[in-house]
Amino acid sequence: MTRLPILKLVLATLALGAVQSVVLLQFDWFGDAASTATGPIDTLMDVTIVVSSFIFALVCVFLGYALIKWRAKPGDEGDGVPIHGNTKLEIWWTMIPVLIVVALAGYSWAVLDDIETKESNAMTVDVYAQQFAWTFGYPESGNKWAEGELHVPVDRQVIFKLHGQDVIHSFWVPEWRIKKDAVPGITTDAIVTPDREGTFQLVCTELCGIGHTTMRAKVVVESEEKYNQWVNGLEQEVPAFLMSADQALEVQRRAEERERGIQGSGVEETGSGNHAD
Amino acid sequence: MLLGAAFGFGLVVALRALSGLEIFQTEQTGYPHVVVPLITAPFGFLFGFGAFDYWFRWAAGKPTIPDDHADHGATRWQDYFKFNTDHKVIGIQYIVTTLFFFLIGGLLALLSRAELAQPGAQVVAASTFNGLFSTHATVMIFLFIIPIFAGLANYVVPLMLGAPDMAFPRLNALSFWLLPIAGIIFLASFLAPGGAFDAGWTGYAPLAGGAPLGQTFFNIGVQFAGASSIAAALNFLVTIITMRAPGMNLWRMPLMVWAQLATSLLVVGATPFVAGAQFMTLFDRVLGMNFFNFLEGGDVISYQHIFWFYSHPAVYIMMLPGFGIISEIISTHSRKPVFGYRLMALALIGIVVLSYSVWAHHMFVSGMFSWLRVPIMISTMLIAVPTGIKVFSWLGTLFYGKIHTYSTSMLFALAFIVTFTIGGISGVMLGMIPIDIHVSDTYFIVAHIHFVLFGGSVFTIFAGLYHWFPKMTGRMYDEKLGRIHLWLTVVGTWMTFVPMHWVGMDGMPRRVADYAAQYGDWNLVVSVSAFLLGAAQLVFLYNMIVSWRFGPKAGPNPWRANSIEWQVSSPPPMYNFDEIPRVVGGPYEYGTPGARHAIMGDDEGAAVPEPKPTTVAAS
Repeated sequence: MTRLPILKLVLATLALGAVQSVVLLQFDWFGDAASTATGPIDTLMDVTIVVSSFIFALVCVFLGYALIKWRAKPGDEGDGVPIHGNTKLEIWWTMIPVLIVVALAGYSWAVLDDIETKESNAMTVDVYAQQFAWTFGYPESGNKWAEGELHVPVDRQVIFKLHGQDVIHSFWVPEWRIKKDAVPGITTDAIVTPDREGTFQLVCTELCGIGHTTMRAKVVVESEEKYNQWVNGLEQEVPAFLMSADQALEVQRRAEERERGIQGSGVEETGSGNHAD
Repeated sequence: MLLGAAFGFGLVVALRALSGLEIFQTEQTGYPHVVVPLITAPFGFLFGFGAFDYWFRWAAGKPTIPDDHADHGATRWQDYFKFNTDHKVIGIQYIVTTLFFFLIGGLLALLSRAELAQPGAQVVAASTFNGLFSTHATVMIFLFIIPIFAGLANYVVPLMLGAPDMAFPRLNALSFWLLPIAGIIFLASFLAPGGAFDAGWTGYAPLAGGAPLGQTFFNIGVQFAGASSIAAALNFLVTIITMRAPGMNLWRMPLMVWAQLATSLLVVGATPFVAGAQFMTLFDRVLGMNFFNFLEGGDVISYQHIFWFYSHPAVYIMMLPGFGIISEIISTHSRKPVFGYRLMALALIGIVVLSYSVWAHHMFVSGMFSWLRVPIMISTMLIAVPTGIKVFSWLGTLFYGKIHTYSTSMLFALAFIVTFTIGGISGVMLGMIPIDIHVSDTYFIVAHIHFVLFGGSVFTIFAGLYHWFPKMTGRMYDEKLGRIHLWLTVVGTWMTFVPMHWVGMDGMPRRVADYAAQYGDWNLVVSVSAFLLGAAQLVFLYNMIVSWRFGPKAGPNPWRANSIEWQVSSPPPMYNFDEIPRVVGGPYEYGTPGARHAIMGDDEGAAVPEPKPTTVAAS
């Protein structure tokens, strides 16, 4: 049994992995960046790409070597060397991958904590998702609202409170790297600190029906002054047809009470446009 | 014993009329006059088909008709359309039926790719488009990948064990006949008012709760496909545990059998959850229950927990049998024992255990409890370890072997290793929460699942079909056409699914009928490649059909393999073995002079080598 040229194989793996890494790192995989989360997430992706390149190179080099070296000659009816295994080697190729994935998981956890840290000066924006439109409420600016257009100031953390009105939708601005489902019945949070001014697109990424493809909204990130000007220019309060889950439940309960002929609590009807019946 | 199929159809019509008449008066919610017959008609069909005859007679205390084996084996092609209890016939029934649905599912995919070739709406309306990808995924998962593995194993596993048949032949036949029923229900949904189910194969509540009638077809179809899976898995478990030939202890079982054991454990444990999720949706829809109705206090996210508690293990249900197939082929064609056989078997069991703890990685952005994310991330990434062990061990098997690449099955096995590694790597990326937050529900996901399910599962299915084709038909396929199929498929797979990663990471969501103009070029490449990939499968079908009829005769053992199925004629005799074989060694004893896996009945005088010491000896 010939000895394996282990050193050469390892060097070939390292070389191929390095080449792959260098080539793959040339690309800007996740596209434009416009929030503070993009730095840590994109770096995590780059690290993962490098690790993956070496693993893929390892498989390719060893597979290629085996195919070249031990390809049977035509007419060779013989058998290979009856090796059943190698316990030491098997322990190594179990333990090293464990270490790699645990390290990557730890790193991911740190990044996750980093991008979800809440800041004290964060502002809150309500996001109402319904088939097939986005509406935004600004509770800190007198509950003003705007449909189909989101404005936020640059360099300030925003906590988006997501309210699903009918089915599940998902809030995603690719340049922010942040995504969260808007689930009917509960309120979910998406935390973003936009750090670049510009106009972006909000995309619904959870299949929500026939109009899912077109469920987009314009996102404008602008300076604090411009933002204040814009939000102050809004006039109406959040309309009654948009409600949080608690409100929706309350409306539903009252509607049922009316149907049964039971006298309600005397509160005025808050709207008939309940989209979820 | 076997009532005519004609009587069955008559009974179906009668039941339809009966339930239809009775329900018509209360018609108001959810089309009961359609829904109820949708459940009763298949049972009427099975009853009339003779699927329950024996059991009913037994239950009624009537004398059961002793099996005269009239329904065993197949001598004419018509026999394949009957209720047959021979595992070899059932295996072929499974494979041919599922390949038919593979074509249907492929056509559905090509239709959606035609729409996606250019930005804007061209071929189909948005509502039809949602129906297309939903039925594509459902048909491919429930009627192609999962059951074709059951079909391959049905044919091969009893032979590998040295058993004359499966443990419960009638249940086995019933498992098969539930499948075409599920398929017809899924496809019939295109005829329902409102069109085919269009809430995705995941059928998330509350979207599915309010969807048109077609969604009910999905809910019910999954029940039949799921029942088929569970019954088949129980059958495999009992067969593998109780019907091994003398001497076949657990550590002498081929890895194909181990893989089927592991898969069956997953099916039995997990499939009831998808049945439950669909029953709850069905009850919400037609009986006015409120499991997932948030307005009545239902919990929307719990649907996803229940659904993925099946549907993530389902990914391994669709992969483990493939691992088994690859181990058989690589070992046979490199003339070497599988490297680290025991660790390979343990890795399968490790995947089974871990796969029950990773379901919520589909839900990192769903708004579920945030504390659950990190534990799920860790277990998700750990499941890459046993999977990595398998890849490394296959490489180890090749080293110091004599690698023969004349057979298309071996080439597919090698292509699988490379392609599946990519799918595994993108899987680890998706396990990392910060990356998943960005790419979940984008085309990156579509790319990943197709690398795993097409570059993974389907490659192993092709490898397995080519490997056992001579055994099943007694004839050889055409290797030249096999190579054409291989290369078109490999190139088509990479060209179709690699660019999907790129557009997904850059911001293209999945399940959309239209997209931003900047993704137009890559989508055109994807669509053209998808059609190439589809065309390649026609080569495969032609090869299979023509070779089945006209191929040169295959001997009993064209690959010079060791496992038991190759020690009998091709195709094997009706009860597989004239005398039950005796197992005397491991399944992959290549290169050890005189070592045998099994001694066949007529080989009584053969020298029995000293059995290798085993630490675990079962039965």
